[in-house]
Amino acid sequence: MSINLLAALAAMLTVATPLVWAGIGELIVEKTGVLNLGIEGTMYAGAFTGFLVALRTGSPWWGLLAAILTGVVAGLAMAVLSVTLGLNQHVSGLGLTLLLIAGCEFTFRMLYAGGRPKLDDKFDAWLSDVPVLEQHWLTYVAFLVLAPGTWWVLRSTGLGYRIHAVGENFEAAEVAGISVNATRYAALAVGGAFMAIGGAFLTLAVLGSFTLNIINGRGWVCIALVIFAKWRVWPVVLGALIFAVTDALQLQLAITTAFSDVPREVMLALPYVAVITALAVWGRKVHYPGSYLKAYRRA
Amino acid sequence: MSTAAPLLELEGITKRFGDLVANDSLSMSVGRGEVVAMLGENGAGKSTLMKIIYGLVRPDAGVIRMEGRTLNIRSPRDAMAAGIGMVTQEFSLVETMTVRENVALSGVGLGRIDARQHRARVEQAMERIGVDLQPERLVSTLSIGERQRVEIVKALFHDCRVLILDEPTAVLTPQDVRALFVTIERLRTSGLGVLFVSHKLREVAEISHRVVVLRRGTLVGERVTQEVGDAELAALMMGSTTASTTTTTDTDTAAAAVGLSVPATNRDASSPASPDPGARVPALSLTDVTYEVRGHPVLDGVSLQVMPGEIVGVAGISGNGQTELTGVLAGTLAASRGRVEVAGQDITRSGVGARLQAGLGRLTEDRRGSVIPQLSVEQNLVLEDLPAFTRRGVLDGAAIRRHAEELIERFDIRATPTDVIANLSGGNMQKVLLARTLARRPRALVAAQPTRGLDVGAYRYVHGRLEDLKARDGGVLVISEDLDELRSLCDRIVVLFRGRITAEVAPAEATSDRLGRMMAGEVSA
Repeated sequence: MSINLLAALAAMLTVATPLVWAGIGELIVEKTGVLNLGIEGTMYAGAFTGFLVALRTGSPWWGLLAAILTGVVAGLAMAVLSVTLGLNQHVSGLGLTLLLIAGCEFTFRMLYAGGRPKLDDKFDAWLSDVPVLEQHWLTYVAFLVLAPGTWWVLRSTGLGYRIHAVGENFEAAEVAGISVNATRYAALAVGGAFMAIGGAFLTLAVLGSFTLNIINGRGWVCIALVIFAKWRVWPVVLGALIFAVTDALQLQLAITTAFSDVPREVMLALPYVAVITALAVWGRKVHYPGSYLKAYRRA
Repeated sequence: MSTAAPLLELEGITKRFGDLVANDSLSMSVGRGEVVAMLGENGAGKSTLMKIIYGLVRPDAGVIRMEGRTLNIRSPRDAMAAGIGMVTQEFSLVETMTVRENVALSGVGLGRIDARQHRARVEQAMERIGVDLQPERLVSTLSIGERQRVEIVKALFHDCRVLILDEPTAVLTPQDVRALFVTIERLRTSGLGVLFVSHKLREVAEISHRVVVLRRGTLVGERVTQEVGDAELAALMMGSTTASTTTTTDTDTAAAAVGLSVPATNRDASSPASPDPGARVPALSLTDVTYEVRGHPVLDGVSLQVMPGEIVGVAGISGNGQTELTGVLAGTLAASRGRVEVAGQDITRSGVGARLQAGLGRLTEDRRGSVIPQLSVEQNLVLEDLPAFTRRGVLDGAAIRRHAEELIERFDIRATPTDVIANLSGGNMQKVLLARTLARRPRALVAAQPTRGLDVGAYRYVHGRLEDLKARDGGVLVISEDLDELRSLCDRIVVLFRGRITAEVAPAEATSDRLGRMMAGEVSA
């Protein structure tokens, strides 16, 4: 059997990209003590509105902008529910995901009942002559700007200190003059934008079209990654790569004859099994942020 | 006071929470280089006032001035900007951050923080106020006293002219209190105004120049510390409640209170095959009790006996095994080694229910964790005794109500049987727990921090009840960080240090200095 290693490696980076965007978005949100289970829906909505706007305007850039705005709005909606109203974060997040997915699917079916529209113009890969490095610019941004940038902000800036304090002990943050709710709002808005970019990457860069169920649980994978990473940036990236490597491998394995007897469903499940295994091995004895899942109310 | 405007001035501060008036038109001031003590029982409104000054609570009415200038304090940020620093009662540190990062939190901006430069500034600030700590240590590794020093550094890091210390000595060892007082004096001489909130008369007399007394939200007195005696302050502080406090500690009523009725079935249940009363079997006996966490002993071979009619105190700085000792006795933690007996009966491996049957009573540290907050007072009162109040598989509401009403009266609980327990004050909740435990007539009682956070009235009341149990030949083990409590209540005091019992003293010989040194690990102090 022959597996094209270079092709697998290139595929791995592409597969990991939406996970890095959305995973880091979730990480930023969770660092403030909010679990945003709206991630799956936010990615979905980002993929859909990005596609829709790119299709109508003919420009993937307008699509990307639309996706970012969608992510911000979804994040703010989560903020209203879980921060201002102080509702249960699990319920708010799941509700948001269900609402966004259903809304997008409804709109998609209404608009494109029969056909399968495709973008005329999507983001092209860079460096198309170089193996492995032939990637979309959003992939480069994810690994070279987003991840190191987030790491630096969390570690070395006042903003990072604020986020850490709010997530660990919001009473302490309040006493130190930090607005807990404003910090959480900001994190949810920015994190939502990143999640939506992760979703839009699939429609605007990889596929050039929108299909139902396009996110396919990637948001949930990100939730697991953030816990497995113990709320640290680089392990989130590593986890995304582990997921991607198994996903890329199963794609490669599926087209090799040696594994033709293995049911396709088993192959497709591989990356998810890998994440669950990783979580079971490294995700135990996790120290959750001190104000995780708690709403803050001032006296 | 001079004619110049005082540093910090409060005028007519009023705050209501529903029907409760927490602060009723309070006016007071703090001058430069002056330590003002605010004295009051728990619930007198001290904490609310501190939160108002620091912008955590908005007052309904009143003005706060700094050097004559009216402030509009909407948040802690505004208070800090005005030069007000605060060390809160429950420390406001982020445990997963370092000392330096915590100091940086106060008034932190958004941009880059140069760790090296910042560290140098924090070190300077610590040196200036005489605190010696490594800036890069994680707060979770610090002792309580060290954490408080971090709080002070944090409060003073920015231009702070008035420092507010809310119950700063509540959790400190005598040595740490000394160090704190030295620091306060140092700050005072540099011109800082200090507002020292406390309910401990002795400390107030020692540290302050002026003392204001708060009772039920009202300022009831203001005295120059040197001209006032403890008795007068205590009278001011407790006011009309003094009378009722004395009656509750009166031994006659106290005795009547514990001679209470318990449903017959319950009494049977709590009296297992009783050992020969003539033989002096210890009420509670621990032999070589060890509790390990990941192979590391947190309790290390603790052997201790409490005889019937004896109160034994366990002193120690928190974190030396007190919580684990309570857990191993109460049955929430399983001892790794050793033997625990109640009145001769081995309960080492028994579950919680069997321990209660054997005659063990518990008053655990975490009061709110010992009740079901959403249930009513009467439901909580019978929680440990459900079988005794069950008829044909259904709870007997009438019997429960009678039982609750009786206990409420005998234990002077200020609540009705149907009140939700979460709404009770700390003192009342402790009375409920005390009633629940004593109604079972325990042979041995483990009382962890039995009076923490209680006001003077409730404090004395709890002590009275414990002494009654002793008079009825019960054995009591008191685990406490309040040295005054241990000295006044106990027949013997043992010291728990790093999971071992390292010393034993008679209360009369236990000066706070000596106990303090023992608690810090000196064996032959």
